[in-house]
Amino acid sequence: MCATCGCGEEDAKATVINMQTGKHVHVHADHIHQHSHEHSHEHSHDHTHEHSHNHSHEHEHAHQGSRTITLEEKILAKNDRLAERNRGYFEALNVLAINLVSAPGSGKTTLLERTINDLKSQMQFSVIEGDQATVNDAERIKTTGVKVVQINTGAGCHLDAEMLAGGLKQLDPQKNSIVMIENVGNLVCPALFDLGEKCKVAVLSVTEGEDKPIKYPHMFRAAEVLLLNKVDLLPYLEFDMEACKKYALSVNPGLKIIEISATKGNGLSVWYQWLKDNL
Amino acid sequence: MHELGITQNIVAIATEKAGSQKVIRLKLQIGALSAIVPDAIRFCFDICADGTPLKGATLEIEEVAGRGKCNMCGAEMPLSLLAGICECGSYDIRCVAGQELLIREMEVV
Repeated sequence: MCATCGCGEEDAKATVINMQTGKHVHVHADHIHQHSHEHSHEHSHDHTHEHSHNHSHEHEHAHQGSRTITLEEKILAKNDRLAERNRGYFEALNVLAINLVSAPGSGKTTLLERTINDLKSQMQFSVIEGDQATVNDAERIKTTGVKVVQINTGAGCHLDAEMLAGGLKQLDPQKNSIVMIENVGNLVCPALFDLGEKCKVAVLSVTEGEDKPIKYPHMFRAAEVLLLNKVDLLPYLEFDMEACKKYALSVNPGLKIIEISATKGNGLSVWYQWLKDNL
Repeated sequence: MHELGITQNIVAIATEKAGSQKVIRLKLQIGALSAIVPDAIRFCFDICADGTPLKGATLEIEEVAGRGKCNMCGAEMPLSLLAGICECGSYDIRCVAGQELLIREMEVV
């Protein structure tokens, strides 16, 4: 049963909640057949069709021996294909889609609230919030006045392209706007799943320790920008800023690093300029 | 944790390709730098395969070691992390092997 709305959608892998209308939509992982047909023909023609005549003959031959089918298929191919569809959708609308990734508690939602409130007179925003459960973050974003959709992943530890597509249908973003996707707080899994975003922006708070970039290299390698948040707390911490930057650049030499405080405002003008330059 | 979802993907892809046939062996290729733990895939596989044409199938995992190539001097080196430092002093290393995540083949009857 869906824990959010109480309906009997047992197989739903995620629930999308439109905060404007209150509508709940379930995303099901049942599109595999639809999307992988093209691939099965491309890859397995010579192997399947040469040896077997048609499906009705399979059983006669089955006991005489097995046969090996070469697949060479990427396990994440389905997600990658769906992500490309999302990317095309964003391009057609001239939408800048940012996939915001971090550990839980780094300040992603606070950063979003502040960014939207400071820039909403200059550019349009809408937000997809990803969490395992609750609409708490979406409620916070809703107070800024922008459109927001919550995706609850249930047992899932990351958003995937299919969930995002379900969320975008509800969000219906404007042309020439920014879509902020706040991924599930997790420094491992979201690195693997392309959503179709323009880039990943990682947030690391200085309370987390300077060695996070080398402890979780996949995420910092996948990101284009690193926001080092909560720098207003540095006087109270033993955080080695230079070491943190060195670690981050060692896993991703092209990473753009910006020191910010989402609550006090330090460095935010640099972040805002980056957004403007990329819209 | 994401290995459960990945294993469900693997089983879904193989189930579709298998059609009415039974899969008795499935071979995967997993790179050491892919962020996927082979043992976690093995742990999830039997649960995910239950009730599908893959039930009871042998799971073979070919692991690929990480290799990097320096973008500055072109030297190749083993990589145990997605980051490294080249003998020339550069950190600008791209991963040339170890990020594989593939279903290579399956044996059906």
